[in-house]
Amino acid sequence: MITKEYIITVPEGLHARPATNLIRLAKTFKSVTKLKKGDKVIKLNSMLNILSMGLKGGDAITIHIEGEDEQDAGEAINKFFNEELKHL
Amino acid sequence: MSNPVINKINGIKVSPGIAIGRAYLLEKSNQQITGVMLIGPEQVEQEILKFENAVKDSIEEVEVIMSTLTTHTASHEILNVQIELLQDEQIKTDVWEMILSQHKNANDSVIEVIEASIIVLKNLENDYLSARAADIKDAGNRILKHLNNEKPSGAKMQGEDVIIIAEDITPSEVVTMDLSKVSGFATQVGGKTSHAAIVAKSRGIPAVVGCGTELAGIQTNDLIIVDGENGEIIVQPGPDVLNHYIEKKNDFLKKTTLLNDLKDAKAITTDGVEITLLANISNATDMEASFAFGSEGCGLLRTEVLFMNRTSFPNEEEQFEFYKEIALKAKGKPVIVRTLDIGGDKKLPYFDLPQEQNPFLGYRAIRICLRQKDIFKTQLAAILRASVFGDLKIMLPMISNILEIREAKMILQEVKTELAALQIKFNEDIQLGIMVEIPSAAVTADLLAKEIDFFSIGTNDLCQYTLAVDRLNEQVKHLYEPFNPGVLRLIQNVIEQGNKQNIHTGMCGELAGDPSAILLLLGMGLREFSMSAPAIPYVKNLINNTSIVKAREIHQHVMTLDSAETIIHYLRESNTQ
Repeated sequence: MITKEYIITVPEGLHARPATNLIRLAKTFKSVTKLKKGDKVIKLNSMLNILSMGLKGGDAITIHIEGEDEQDAGEAINKFFNEELKHL
Repeated sequence: MSNPVINKINGIKVSPGIAIGRAYLLEKSNQQITGVMLIGPEQVEQEILKFENAVKDSIEEVEVIMSTLTTHTASHEILNVQIELLQDEQIKTDVWEMILSQHKNANDSVIEVIEASIIVLKNLENDYLSARAADIKDAGNRILKHLNNEKPSGAKMQGEDVIIIAEDITPSEVVTMDLSKVSGFATQVGGKTSHAAIVAKSRGIPAVVGCGTELAGIQTNDLIIVDGENGEIIVQPGPDVLNHYIEKKNDFLKKTTLLNDLKDAKAITTDGVEITLLANISNATDMEASFAFGSEGCGLLRTEVLFMNRTSFPNEEEQFEFYKEIALKAKGKPVIVRTLDIGGDKKLPYFDLPQEQNPFLGYRAIRICLRQKDIFKTQLAAILRASVFGDLKIMLPMISNILEIREAKMILQEVKTELAALQIKFNEDIQLGIMVEIPSAAVTADLLAKEIDFFSIGTNDLCQYTLAVDRLNEQVKHLYEPFNPGVLRLIQNVIEQGNKQNIHTGMCGELAGDPSAILLLLGMGLREFSMSAPAIPYVKNLINNTSIVKAREIHQHVMTLDSAETIIHYLRESNTQ
């Protein structure tokens, strides 16, 4: 299992548009990806669940990835949070 | 028909302007709980299948709409979100669960699941997420429409100048609406980030949202005024009121075409040189407000507010939150953070500074920071940590020689190393610059430029140190004169050296926002001006109506004049030409 922490560095938080990209990215892998903030954990397969986390700019989150292609998924998600998110 | 009961309805103004037109009521889709209970596994299976097919048909329908949009637009994004919601795993799981274990039919299950989801989002007390309830409702309605084989409503808007009256406006409606016929919006619910608000603002259509249920009394073809200035809806106005608003509408149009053109226009000279106009700010609210005046970032963040009106130094965490909030509000635009600038004249109640004969020439600003390193390091650590949230730059005030810069850089490196050891992220390439406000720094700009990333000329202190005038002293303040040829020569030297050595040179003193000085400074080669935000449109107007060639001529002539009086006279003359 891969566990990694991120901080949402975009001012408006994880809005519907970037959330769409994140879900679509996670869906391309077989691994199960979860997002945790505080005590709340959700699977990255539901827009509704991501929105209901209310992720704001500056929030700290943890991503858990588990499955046969977790390494590739981890890299892709890492790239999403560190590079792609700010251009979305 | 007239509606005497309601006349004026208050709401939230989300898009300015006055719209006068005829009401067009958007139909609400009328989804109702049937209360049907399923009997036996066959019916259950059938409802699951119906739901799955309705979802499939809905997605296909959205994809068809998307394929008709030619270019990649905001509508595309709205529809992508829509598709994602239609196939949302959580919604699907909840609907299945309700059909399988509670034996409700697909229609009732969808209605209940969507309602519950909307409540969750509304309870987050976040305007943006509350507004997303409209997206979810839209997805739900689309599925229900396919479940019940409803035909799409065929009613079309009639005529021009339509005022859309609705409970809320769904993404689908925004996408399919003929906005060229819409002159205003009024909705019962919604906030500043609702679809109605966003689309209205981006198209410059006056809109008032959150008007409440009073809006339901309006009938199609009622005469409606949407007052986006005051957040009011006026229903069936009499002739006097109507005339008043027609006048108001014309005034608004005149005013906005002037100022709005300027707000979104670039500051660019007639011969095509782009100029950056920044705002001087003290907090995050200022940052946000400055954008309304067309600022392109912050050229001077005074950090003193953070230290004043307290009983002890703010700790790293408090400072971090302050810088972070500003970085986030700046949305990627540059923010130049001036490090602590206190001294004998700007005292802190909890920080004991000795009485000095000459506080302006005494223990202050960078001089304190280099001696009492803990204060400085705390501030630098906080700025560095916040630097991942935006384009923060560090500016050192009161630099008089190169050793101070080198010392400050060593301390900055220490802080970076400490943060790196703790695996805390920061922008390793954060830019470091100095405020040029002491004559020795201005004169040696060629030497100092080699050590730093940028200059920012602080004209207020530079003027008072150059002329040896305390501008708060009534007896001598008449001598305080930034147009003094001596001061201007120092400024000219800094700009020239900065440009020659390719380091960024800006100005954040009062002179940068003084209309008389703009052409002269342009002629000297200054390309970045930072001022109080309301001055920006005026400065922009000046820049947009001049050429660099003319500015250079003015500069050259000013350098031949021998007194502040003649210079000011000449500059005012040139401005009026």
